[in-house]
Amino acid sequence: MEDFLEIAGKKIQNRLFIGTGKFSSYPIMRQALEAAEAEVATVALRRVDPDLKTENIMDFVPKSCQVMINTSGARNADEAVRIARLAKTAGAGNWIKIEVIRDNKYLLPDNLETLKAVEVLVKENFVVFPYMSPDLSMGRRMAEAGAVAVMPLGSPIGSNRGVKTRELIEIMINEINIPIIVDAGLGRPSEACECMELGSAAVLVNTAIAVSNDPVKMARAFSESVCAGRLAYLSGIPVAEKTASASSPLTGFLREEE
Amino acid sequence: MSFYDIYKKYKNFDLEKRFRVCTFFSIQSALENARLDINQFICLLSPPAENLLESMAQKAHALTKNNFGNTIALYTPMYLSNYCDNSCIYCGFNSENDIERRKLSIEEVDKEAQYIRSLGLKHILILTGESRVESPVSYIKDCIQILKKYFSSISIEIYPLTEEEYTELVNQGVDGLTIYQEVYDEKIYSKMHIYGPKRDYKFRLDAPERGAKSGMRNISIGTLFGLGEWRKEVFFLGLHAKYLQDKFPDLEIGISIPRIQPQVGGFKPISMVNNRNIVQVILALRLFLPRLGISLSTRENPEFREGLIPLGVTKISAASTTAVGGHTLAHLGQKSSQFDIQDRRNVDEIKLMLEKKGYQPVLKDWLQI
Repeated sequence: MEDFLEIAGKKIQNRLFIGTGKFSSYPIMRQALEAAEAEVATVALRRVDPDLKTENIMDFVPKSCQVMINTSGARNADEAVRIARLAKTAGAGNWIKIEVIRDNKYLLPDNLETLKAVEVLVKENFVVFPYMSPDLSMGRRMAEAGAVAVMPLGSPIGSNRGVKTRELIEIMINEINIPIIVDAGLGRPSEACECMELGSAAVLVNTAIAVSNDPVKMARAFSESVCAGRLAYLSGIPVAEKTASASSPLTGFLREEE
Repeated sequence: MSFYDIYKKYKNFDLEKRFRVCTFFSIQSALENARLDINQFICLLSPPAENLLESMAQKAHALTKNNFGNTIALYTPMYLSNYCDNSCIYCGFNSENDIERRKLSIEEVDKEAQYIRSLGLKHILILTGESRVESPVSYIKDCIQILKKYFSSISIEIYPLTEEEYTELVNQGVDGLTIYQEVYDEKIYSKMHIYGPKRDYKFRLDAPERGAKSGMRNISIGTLFGLGEWRKEVFFLGLHAKYLQDKFPDLEIGISIPRIQPQVGGFKPISMVNNRNIVQVILALRLFLPRLGISLSTRENPEFREGLIPLGVTKISAASTTAVGGHTLAHLGQKSSQFDIQDRRNVDEIKLMLEKKGYQPVLKDWLQI
């Protein structure tokens, strides 16, 4: 059975989305995207410099990658909307990760302003992915407003602390009927795998790949662990028990008698 | 509430006494904490912490990488005018100094901007001396109108303004404010600033806060090394940055720690700060405030700058000149400059150096929205 994530008519097989900030160079960023066979990459519009023919970040995103512009730097809904519109005008497409941050210390998103931006941008036919603090009610509102997926954070951006918000994310996965993409805070491939095992539709990773000693290898490691986690999820993960459960039960013969 | 209240609270604080109780173990324990309190910040600034610089550096480096990635932002200063009504004894623009005074015409601003932009730079810091007659807010607004055509981010380093004036400049397209207190110690401040509007310590101290209220996105503060005792100055600088971060969480707060360099007036630093001290300052500030922007100017020489970069620096200047029109009006040269620069490398050389060190030079990190 073919397994893919379908968003706005696009079929995505690789469920590892990669953020393009923080890399030591654009060529290394490109190699990492290629090594992971990434199909979706986020790019901050603030970094896009169309004037520079040799150093425009967009030229280093493989053609096979869907670009998702993020609104990094926006402090309220209005600024996020303006950045999204500028992205569209600049020809960067209409996939938008809405990032509204009013706290520069922890870089935690403002869910309310994010929701307002979702409402505006959906009406303008953007494909909208809100980055948010995990919250069931807000997630539902984002979905009702027309977000194609929601992106709750695992822990603060760049913290490499893993899925500290696991309980809340699990609830969102169980209750919200659009894809849940865990974004931010994943520090190691096993944590990305954990998100996939829980049933996340995808994960988005940047820092852990970009600042590792070998970003190209690390991108592959994340890609493979995301794949493993997804396979495990699809296979049905057995419930963990506190006691042993024998592979060949002693009372198995009773079944034969029945 | 203003930062002045915090300054007053700690003005007579016995930092030396606190330093005496800092031990290897208290410093080590500060290094193990994710969030440092003021006492732990003091520990990292203490003389005994000099023996733990390498451990501090390792942690500061990792913290900076996670927060800012393998990237360093580039910018360059552009001096618009050197007319000044102040007499600050350490500054080349001191109105007593016999230097060639001038300000750029709008055409010259355009020319400088075109040139700087041709180097690939997109972030500009504009500077003036303090003269409300020669470089009034209206003149600065006219310059910004031109600069907007060329740059993605415009910051100002000019005399302190009122909140209304800052708002006017924000509406015109300015997104960043740099204003150094120069020296937090109020008594020394009074001795350094002989006459002129800059004598008003408190109006300057509150300027970052007025800027923050006006809608600026970045606020950068600093203390000029060579005036007050450096440990005490950095203590106040750290408190000031923290105060601004706490009060304005949506702003990017940055610092700079310029060291006095030779200038026309021939002022000699009254308090010495060596390279080892500068390293300790950067490390202590980075560990105390992990999200703090740290900017490094060309006042430091190339080798030292390169050594400092991995310790927590997020932003450096390139192709700097401190003379009015210094980018394109070569004939003016040093005669009108504010101070000597030590790192004269051009943008390509700085970019190459960063790439060699494993950093991506970021020329554009904002956009006019």
